Amino acid sequence: MNKYDIVIIGGGPAGLAAAISAKKNGIDRVLILERDKELGGILNQCIHNGFGLHTFQEELTGPEYAERFISQVKELDIDYKLNTMVMEIDREKKVTAMNREDGLFDVQAKAVILAMGCRERARGALNIPGFRPAGIYSAGTAQRLVNMEGYMPGREVVILGSGDIGLIMARRMTLEGAKVKVAAELMPYSGGLKRNIVQCLDDYGIPLKLSHTVIDIKGKERVEGVTLAEVDGKGKPIPGTEEFYSCDTLLLSVGLIPENEISGNMGVEMNPVTSGPKVNESFETNIKGVFACGNVLHVHDLVDFVSQEAAAAGKNAAAYVKKEHTEDGAGREISLIPAEGVRYTVPSTVNAARMDEKLTVRFRVGNVYKNCYVSVYFGEERVIHRKRQVMAPGEMEEVNLSRAQILQYPNLENITVKVEEDETNGSKESDLH
Amino acid sequence: MYDIIIIGAGVSGAGIARELSRYQAKICVIEKEEDVCCGTSKANSAIVHAGYDAAPGSLKAKLNVRGNQMMENLSKELDFAFQRNGSLVICRDEEELPALQTLYERGLTNKVSGLCIWNREEALAMEPNLTDDVCAALYAPTAGIVCPFELNIALAENAYMNGVEFKFDTTVKEIKKREEGYELHTDKGVFRAKYVVNAAGVYADEMHNMVSERKIHITPRRGDYCLLDKSAGSHVKRTIFALPGRLGKGILVTPTVHGNLLIGPTAMDVEDKEGVNTTREGLEQVLDKAGLNVKNLPMRQVITSFAGLRAHEDGDDFIIEEVEDAKGFIDCAGIESPGIASCPAIGEMVAQMIRDKMGLQEKKDFIPTRKGILKPDTLSREERNALIQKNPAYGSIVCRCEMITEGEIMDAIRRPLGAKSLDGIKRRTRAGMGRCQSGFCSPRVMEILAGERKISTFDVTKCGGESQIVVGNNKDIL
Amino acid sequence: MEVKNLTCINCPMGCPLTVEIEAGQVVRVSGNTCKRGDVYARKEVTNPTRIVTSTVRVMHGKLDVVSVKTKEDIPKEKIFACVRALKSVQVEAPIHMGDVIVKNIADTGVDVTATKNVERQ
Repeated sequence: MNKYDIVIIGGGPAGLAAAISAKKNGIDRVLILERDKELGGILNQCIHNGFGLHTFQEELTGPEYAERFISQVKELDIDYKLNTMVMEIDREKKVTAMNREDGLFDVQAKAVILAMGCRERARGALNIPGFRPAGIYSAGTAQRLVNMEGYMPGREVVILGSGDIGLIMARRMTLEGAKVKVAAELMPYSGGLKRNIVQCLDDYGIPLKLSHTVIDIKGKERVEGVTLAEVDGKGKPIPGTEEFYSCDTLLLSVGLIPENEISGNMGVEMNPVTSGPKVNESFETNIKGVFACGNVLHVHDLVDFVSQEAAAAGKNAAAYVKKEHTEDGAGREISLIPAEGVRYTVPSTVNAARMDEKLTVRFRVGNVYKNCYVSVYFGEERVIHRKRQVMAPGEMEEVNLSRAQILQYPNLENITVKVEEDETNGSKESDLH
Repeated sequence: MYDIIIIGAGVSGAGIARELSRYQAKICVIEKEEDVCCGTSKANSAIVHAGYDAAPGSLKAKLNVRGNQMMENLSKELDFAFQRNGSLVICRDEEELPALQTLYERGLTNKVSGLCIWNREEALAMEPNLTDDVCAALYAPTAGIVCPFELNIALAENAYMNGVEFKFDTTVKEIKKREEGYELHTDKGVFRAKYVVNAAGVYADEMHNMVSERKIHITPRRGDYCLLDKSAGSHVKRTIFALPGRLGKGILVTPTVHGNLLIGPTAMDVEDKEGVNTTREGLEQVLDKAGLNVKNLPMRQVITSFAGLRAHEDGDDFIIEEVEDAKGFIDCAGIESPGIASCPAIGEMVAQMIRDKMGLQEKKDFIPTRKGILKPDTLSREERNALIQKNPAYGSIVCRCEMITEGEIMDAIRRPLGAKSLDGIKRRTRAGMGRCQSGFCSPRVMEILAGERKISTFDVTKCGGESQIVVGNNKDIL
Repeated sequence: MEVKNLTCINCPMGCPLTVEIEAGQVVRVSGNTCKRGDVYARKEVTNPTRIVTSTVRVMHGKLDVVSVKTKEDIPKEKIFACVRALKSVQVEAPIHMGDVIVKNIADTGVDVTATKNVERQ
């Protein structure tokens, strides 16, 4: 059986950064298993620019950003297998995979890094009524067709959801000759970045209808039109607000779900809020030596943070393999608790004995908050209270914890992260959730 | 001139074709869609009912019980998925116990074997996710679940192997009685046959009424369903029914043979014979009512919703007979639930009827078995690797959710009556039927379909007709 | 005097900006809560520019299309002229990231370059 120190599941941005980091941290035997025909993952179809501002201080397109990492993987002589599907991983970290050349084969790993990314929520998850004709695509499927294969999925488009991929595709389809009639968003705020709303919708005069949803799809063979309606505070359509849009295409950009079937089957404990694994400060799951990073852990908006997180996971996996990991039992496992407006945190636990001097805790809020504070409590004591002009569910937030500070609290059990409103003018935009 | 033309390639038409293919006769199946299993047969509960539900003495009762008995052997002969998982009818109200008892007794009259009534404790012990309100349940161990696509496809493939012709994308517009037999005018020309079998589903009344003065009337009765992810598939082991009401059997909760959980259907009479659109009200009703009999349903795991039309005839029974004022024209109409369970028996009954009328002789070379699409995950690792070595396409996963390989997809396209569209591939292999609902695999499946069928990508469709997936090249209309 | 309303794109605040223009000159920006809003508004009303990304057809490549971008941002009103100019462009594989696909696209003085490597089939 093949043996590797670290096997990385997925060759997208997370897998690539994790592999490079593991190798640079002294691990020779690193293997990336990628199901697609090239490295780079979803970046290959994200041909728009705007990637890498944090990492490279320049605006790259998705393929360009990926190439910076792919070339390093090649320079560092890291092994990878393409067109290879991981079928199963057992708790002893035996990875079973399959491809055309090798058939079904096993690789024994000392550590595994889960970096499988995410998938798009499909129509069914929303229970959109109507017919089921051709012409309904998730935004990412349309993105692949247009950007990688050069095919137009349709001519007249309605977009449901204002996630970034949907917004980006509104512009892409427009520039390829389609007429994008409207984007509808169920929530009273957009799920996408402001910049994308302006540059992908406003630039082309595409209206964004907040608090609207698709209530019917017409067309038996190919989409002929959709009916939009405004929704009330509970997401229910308001009678009398129906509007019919004739179109041949409905694009769905209604959320991303981490792809954790393999993780779940091997017994990795999940966070029901993120649908990703629960990890500690080292990005290690409940199974020792199994790490997770990128969109399989929690869905990101910016690839730069994926790369950062993955590099940390790669470094920690290297430390685990080299047995530099602090021994079990050392230090204290402190729970990170999301509260009051904070939906989740990554990581879920922190142990000062294992952490670096600084730990970035990432989280999302459940609503739009203006002039509020991000507060961190060590037990009952507030240790961070940082003013934020605005926070929105569509933009990931972060706070930094310092090791030195945690060590000042020897009996600390819980660290709570919450949103606190300004007593005078803080506001929550809506109660719809 | 054909000996027999069968209108419709659903489970009834295909079941009849398969049984008739035992005999020396020139047979053709005419189907208006691009594939078999495109109407009522593709969107239903996929239940092989035990047979306690239908009125004693009715064709429904007789054929259901007989079909149920035949199904297991048929599933082995034709290699499709069938499980006798048993069913429960849930009684939640002490006052309704007599109705449950009536159902039990009706089952006995219909000669359903193994029926018994469980008390609350027995029911909850066997199905812990039943509602806490359950006071008793009718248990039918012979009830089962089947893959309706595989069943339909297997019957059709086997009929084809035994010489039956299939004409797809062919709509019957007019039927004329001639000296000898009938003339079927279609959008693809005229077909003649001595005998015609009307297995046209929701259109069976239109077919019948073209040749008979004794009109029948079929109401398309729409049922909305929700399908849940495989992670919810073991929520219940048996098929869970509510006590039947006026409009059918109520909202059921059942595992599928592929390990998903299916809930539905509603019952809404509609005008449109193609009206398979779900509605908000319908889906809400499914979600609301499913919870009456089964608790803690993980509704967040819904991966798709769909609707099907039952062919409900005013007389409320199957009509399987030679039309009195149109000799040689055999109706197989009003085949609603328990149609899936009954289809083997319907095939047998109609085939025998025609054999006797036409004096057909059995073929010596009838092939009773058919092999389904090879499923690599049923093989041992050694077998699987040998297969991949021989055909590397079996080493390439195309649909990640259902783990379907390129080899299976190519098999689905190349086999007799092979798949011509994405939906055809989905029904044969399950590629695209999983939790991402074809988001990842559809571009790849399109490529394989175009390559195998030597057609342009622009001609690849979701389900035939005008259901193209891509409509042009980038910038072509700029 | 002309008044233009914009949404600032620099952060999730999305400040609604009001820009007052007189004789082609920005005289006042309001609604912004930081300096970046002011800078953005002035640029956006006087000389709005965008990077344009698209695809062009590839001959004999392992992929049928290659992704491209304008090497620098181009005037916003030239976006459609730019993509139309790309319509008839076909390039021969192999293509390397950074290769110039079209020089001086739509007379903007900006080149369109490949953003991906495409090997020859």
